[in-house]
Amino acid sequence: MADSIPKIQLADVAKSFAGRVILDGVNLTIDPGESVAIIGGSGTGKSVTLKCILGLIRPDAGSIRIDGEEMVGASARQADRLRQKFGMLFQGGALFDSMPIWRNVTFGLTRGRVGDSTRLRRIATENLERVGLDSKILNLRPGELSGGMQKRVALARAIAPRPDIIFFDEPTTGLDPIRADVINDLIVSLVDDLGVTALTITHDMASARKIAHRVAMLYQGRIIWHGPRDRLYDSGNPYVNQFVQGRADGPIQ
Amino acid sequence: MTEGIAIQIIRPFAAIGAAFISVLATVGRVARFAFVALLRGLTPPYYPARLFAQLMQIGWYSLPVVGLTAIFTGAALAQQTFTAGSRFNATSTVPAIVVLGMVRELGPVLVGLMVAGRVSSAMAAELGTMRVTEQLDALSTLNTDPYRYLISPRLFASVIALPVLVLLANAIGILGGYGISVYKLGFNGVSYLDVTRRFLESSDIAMALVKAGVFGFSIALMGCYNGFHTGGGAAGVGKATTDAVVSAFILILLSNLIITLVAFG
Repeated sequence: MADSIPKIQLADVAKSFAGRVILDGVNLTIDPGESVAIIGGSGTGKSVTLKCILGLIRPDAGSIRIDGEEMVGASARQADRLRQKFGMLFQGGALFDSMPIWRNVTFGLTRGRVGDSTRLRRIATENLERVGLDSKILNLRPGELSGGMQKRVALARAIAPRPDIIFFDEPTTGLDPIRADVINDLIVSLVDDLGVTALTITHDMASARKIAHRVAMLYQGRIIWHGPRDRLYDSGNPYVNQFVQGRADGPIQ
Repeated sequence: MTEGIAIQIIRPFAAIGAAFISVLATVGRVARFAFVALLRGLTPPYYPARLFAQLMQIGWYSLPVVGLTAIFTGAALAQQTFTAGSRFNATSTVPAIVVLGMVRELGPVLVGLMVAGRVSSAMAAELGTMRVTEQLDALSTLNTDPYRYLISPRLFASVIALPVLVLLANAIGILGGYGISVYKLGFNGVSYLDVTRRFLESSDIAMALVKAGVFGFSIALMGCYNGFHTGGGAAGVGKATTDAVVSAFILILLSNLIITLVAFG
């Protein structure tokens, strides 16, 4: 892998909000087809990292390259083009509550415009099947579905445009352990079958161990440890140990 | 000690300066937001269906409230003018005052305020909720520009709808004044309308339309800007909604005064 261009490469990415440092020099490289999980406590900048990579937030310093192309400081058009490589599963699903499910799932293809509804419904059905949902829900609104189903619809929406890279923002938060494992299995199958590159932020250790090839820990705006998922519980890093074991006492206050 | 007193004296000025700078910064941010929304709205991809939906929302569904406001105001204006005019035998000024008052000032301002109350708040609440539930970010990750999809259609629809609403309100307001004058105050209907026609000039209508366009822009801009920049959950949505309505009201009243002063000053 050493000679190939990394899918995503972050170098010294820094970001402050109103004088408060959130990211303090993040370095991370993700290879094509790899699944990486970023773990870390609440408010350590996990979501900000994702939004910087997506170009939704502009970092104060550093470089973010997608397939070798720079995202930081890119023109709006260039950022739009790079963003087409991404799909994202938002923490709360972020489904458009004014639209039926089939419009939600096909939104990335139509860019919100009216299209051939027979064809779009067929595409929506295919993508819903991919995440284990029935076409009976096509005409329902997001509010009529349970939290777990909303997450799966959101996943179907994210994969419908066939992105190269998918981001998962706390994919299992708010789900019971069984529903959470359904989502984990889906993520694993997407990475294995479709060959997508995945970046997940989570504080669910079981999920991180299942879906990621590699885990990185973000603490005080820096990646303080990264390694293969099997090393997560014997990292030799006191911060990681405290976090994965969920202890209140330790170096992390 | 003297240094302490000096700081005490300077402090209020520093506060005024800081407030002034923050107002300027906000004006700059709003102007940039408007500029980006207009520029992107003029370049493809276009969303005609979204524009039409907003025209319905802003124009069509505002008709009842605008019509009621106009007819009541026109009628009250006629009665007040009649009462005041009767003290010095000037009751014949009723049609002139009603038509000029409605077309030049009350029609645009009242329609602007009513629609601001209806529409700015709704826009801020909808966009603010989309912001806090990450639906705005989701749009961007689905290759859709939130400015083109959400903001530009609202701005354009509002600028188109308000002049139409104001024209209708003016006509209905004149009708309200006519009703009171003819059926209660004993005016002759034909001569009332004749005076109305003679006093109404096309420049008055042009000014009403300019005002309406400016108000429409203010209404949508305040609703969209405050909604788009919502932060902090449900409380943030509430604050955005309040800010949208209050700032739209202020912008409407201020720009009305400026346009009136420029036209008649």
